[in-house]
Amino acid sequence: MIFAFCGNALICTSFYVVQRTSRARLFGGDLAWFVFWGYQLFIVMAATGYLLGITESREYAEPEWYVDLWLTVVWVAYLIVFLGTIVKRKEPHIYVANWFYLSFIVTIAMLHIVNNLSMPVSFLGSKSYSAFSGVQDALTQWWYGHNAVGFFLTAGFLGMMYYFVPKQANRPVYSYRLSIIHFWALIFLYIWAGPHHLHFTALPDWAQTLGMVFSIMLWMPSWGGMINGLMTLSGAWDKLRTDPIIRMMVAAIAFYGMSTFEGPMMSIKSVNSLSHYTDWTIGHVHSGALGWNGLIAFAALYYMVPKLWARERLYSMRMVSWHFWLATLGIVVYAAVMWVAGIQQGLMWREHDEQGFLVYSFVESVAALHPYYLIRALGGALYLAGALVMAWNITMTILGYQRDEAPIGGSLPRCSLPNRSPIWP
Amino acid sequence: MALMDKHAIIERNATLLLIGSLLVVTVGGIVEIAPLFYLQNTIEKVEGMRPYTPLELAGRNIYVREGCYVCHSQMIRPFRDEVERYGHYSLAAESMYDHPFQWGSKRTGPDLARVGDRYSNEWHAQHMADPQSVVPESIMPSYAFLKTTPLAIKDLSAHLTANARVGVPYSQEMIDGAVEDAKTQSTPDSDTTAFDARYPKAKSGDFDGDPQALTEMDALIAYLQMLGTLVDFKTYDETGGDR
Repeated sequence: MIFAFCGNALICTSFYVVQRTSRARLFGGDLAWFVFWGYQLFIVMAATGYLLGITESREYAEPEWYVDLWLTVVWVAYLIVFLGTIVKRKEPHIYVANWFYLSFIVTIAMLHIVNNLSMPVSFLGSKSYSAFSGVQDALTQWWYGHNAVGFFLTAGFLGMMYYFVPKQANRPVYSYRLSIIHFWALIFLYIWAGPHHLHFTALPDWAQTLGMVFSIMLWMPSWGGMINGLMTLSGAWDKLRTDPIIRMMVAAIAFYGMSTFEGPMMSIKSVNSLSHYTDWTIGHVHSGALGWNGLIAFAALYYMVPKLWARERLYSMRMVSWHFWLATLGIVVYAAVMWVAGIQQGLMWREHDEQGFLVYSFVESVAALHPYYLIRALGGALYLAGALVMAWNITMTILGYQRDEAPIGGSLPRCSLPNRSPIWP
Repeated sequence: MALMDKHAIIERNATLLLIGSLLVVTVGGIVEIAPLFYLQNTIEKVEGMRPYTPLELAGRNIYVREGCYVCHSQMIRPFRDEVERYGHYSLAAESMYDHPFQWGSKRTGPDLARVGDRYSNEWHAQHMADPQSVVPESIMPSYAFLKTTPLAIKDLSAHLTANARVGVPYSQEMIDGAVEDAKTQSTPDSDTTAFDARYPKAKSGDFDGDPQALTEMDALIAYLQMLGTLVDFKTYDETGGDR
């Protein structure tokens, strides 16, 4: 999900956005093709590694050393293409979306290289041993892991938001100053928050507390971004009723706001003592990944596809609306049931009776979660169904069909405004 | 606001933007991670820690390969319920030779930081082959194939060497004798005098119920049976572990 879906969405949209906001073709000619195919090869190697048990066992960084080296090469090519395009831009200013994309690319490069430092057993074998051990290894991993979320799934996707939301709403970004402040605050604060994955472990207390404090501070720039995205719609709120793509974007930003509130809350040590090791974390991650990353990427696809294939419109807007409801419902079911499961699990583990004995054995908490896992599968199925509707819709759009359908209720006649203002796209 | 106007300089210069954001994102990592490598009290000094035996290391690699860490943590937090359920809370020193660490972040199954010596070898072999036969409500999949897969031991020396290169104190003697040590540890009634001197408290014998063959199941159980057993908490001084 993160690397194959979100990674491709990021590379695709960043190449699309940087060309349009810089008024320049991609730098490096066929190098962009190398980035595309190189990244797909990385995905294949990573995914087969999961199946074959070739893993470094580092969350979000499982691929072994040879895959890591290959990704480094691809990533450097990606940086060259992206930065080169910015350098040869015909616009005086670098558009805000590109700040986010650029910081995402360089930070991921830094995190990836440091976290994957390891010693291979042999040149022909896949196995390697991490350069760090125990406590240091844990913190390096979560410094990486948390910022894979922070930069891969947040900064890069905010770049997406800053281009596609104004475009689809046909409104300028709400506040230029807010975008400056929240950009610098976000990238500065995010890096510190990693230790909240290691509360009450053998990591020194000072590092845990530092991680917690910065996680809570991170709430502010996160919501700064949310406000900037949502308020971009001021003056265009009526489109929420008539344009399912806008609806999808607003839901995505709302999920972003919700999970960036939930995250700092879960990083508070006393909350974390209950939530850690449980399915609550799983619910939190999925409301972010499916809600924020998924929906904003779907909306960007719906925006880009007709333009890239020079189609007048999508095959069907009603199917977009169906996708929206299936996906939203799926996430709500999924996340809600994981919260309940996680909190129940955490409470069962710590329950003592009057005599001071533990009430539940571990396996009783496993058995208790059975119904929740079934409902979770239902939520996931709804989300997948929505994605299949999208696949059909987009395929038909590319093939050049337009579905004969009644327009969405309450919509005004479509008017095509010239929307190629250079600074605010 | 004048300061905000100055931002236009960065916005017009890709190099400044690149360097600026790279500097800003480096700070947090340096402040938080770097001190862990030189602050003396990050890892308390305890008696009993030693590097993994070659067989345990091979078992650990199977643990990693099969993704056990996805469902099992190895980090007991200092809470009443966890200490009662799993044993003494985990110390930093107990994972000092772990490349990579296996603390985990999800407990679909119970914590395994101190699973060593809790169950018999027979229990483990049975549980791994058919988990529901010993824990009916368990949702763990079967790992019966481990019992029929011979353990690859001929490159164990290379594995010890790689560990030594990243700081695990394996001596040349340990590296050279890795294959022999794995055989010694897994063969019942073998002469373990020299082996025990190299790896104190190591358990040897047959692990998977089949003394004839050295299988992946032997290695995995050897690893599980040593987890959390090296530090003797009867003699551990809590006040020294103040972090």
